[in-house]
Amino acid sequence: MANTPAVNAKSGYWQSLVNDWGADREVFKLSWGKLMMWIFLLSDTFIFSVFLIGYMNVRMSATDSWPLTSEVFALHVGGADIPLLLIAIMTFILITSSGTMAMAVNCAYQRNKAATFKLMIATAILGASFVGMQVFEWSKLILDEGVRPWSNPMGAAQFGSAFFMITGFHGVHVSIGVIYLTVVAFKVLRGHYDERGFQIVEITGLYWHFVDLVWVFIFAFFYLW
Amino acid sequence: MSGQPETVSHGEGQQHPIGLYFKVWILLFVLSSMSYAVDYFHFVGYLRWTLILVFMFLKAGLIITVFMHFAWEPSTLKLALGLPVIAIVVFIGFMAVEADYTFLSRLTFMSGGT
Repeated sequence: MANTPAVNAKSGYWQSLVNDWGADREVFKLSWGKLMMWIFLLSDTFIFSVFLIGYMNVRMSATDSWPLTSEVFALHVGGADIPLLLIAIMTFILITSSGTMAMAVNCAYQRNKAATFKLMIATAILGASFVGMQVFEWSKLILDEGVRPWSNPMGAAQFGSAFFMITGFHGVHVSIGVIYLTVVAFKVLRGHYDERGFQIVEITGLYWHFVDLVWVFIFAFFYLW
Repeated sequence: MSGQPETVSHGEGQQHPIGLYFKVWILLFVLSSMSYAVDYFHFVGYLRWTLILVFMFLKAGLIITVFMHFAWEPSTLKLALGLPVIAIVVFIGFMAVEADYTFLSRLTFMSGGT
């Protein structure tokens, strides 16, 4: 049937899906900005997956024992070693920033520019503090513990390269996100989007939530496993 | 920037009650605390790995569906983003088999080298 008549709205999920993918029509009923962000995030998903799969591969094939992350990333507080304390704080900071970002998107669609600006800046500050803690974590690991990409005193040599690659790439994403958030926040405040609508805040939010999402996987696989 | 009001057709954007965000936010805090507790209380073996994965997938699911509004996106986008992820799962399988082989080869031929 060359020219299929418009499919009845009641004809079900799969029928309407096929209809959407049919020729000569707009498949994605989204603005291009949001669609492009989603597709970028899909490609980023692949990059982080490849890093984590590479980490899985070297960890499974290492004959030396893998360093105990719970001890490596412990912090001395009040004379006791608290396992993974810094990492836990970093996790909570990132989740908090995801919450403020979600609020910012909500305020943006209510056209409350002042609140959107404040919440986005709060998100950016939380993100910057996350990066600051990561700098502390890295310097502690490099200077005090002697971890290098090619060796470390605690066990399998692959630990260092996996750690620096994965957390480094994630840290770069957070840093770029902080810049992105700050730029968009100031543009919101200056009234740059008054005519066009505030979907840009939601698109920025997609990126920021994705950074949080990647951390969920890094936290589980690298720090807890 | 053409200045065209391209967002007008989706003008209202994603509007959801703020209470939903707070609920998800609190849930994410609870789940993170629980996954931290897995380490803090020294769970080991399959119990540890299962708990880590359960909390991880719950957190990831909440972030994607609610915070990223994936639940309310059109089904075409869900399909276009969801299907390619299968390739990652296949790749994990491949690399796990490969790592196993490398590990056994090292045990056989390198006697404890890295």
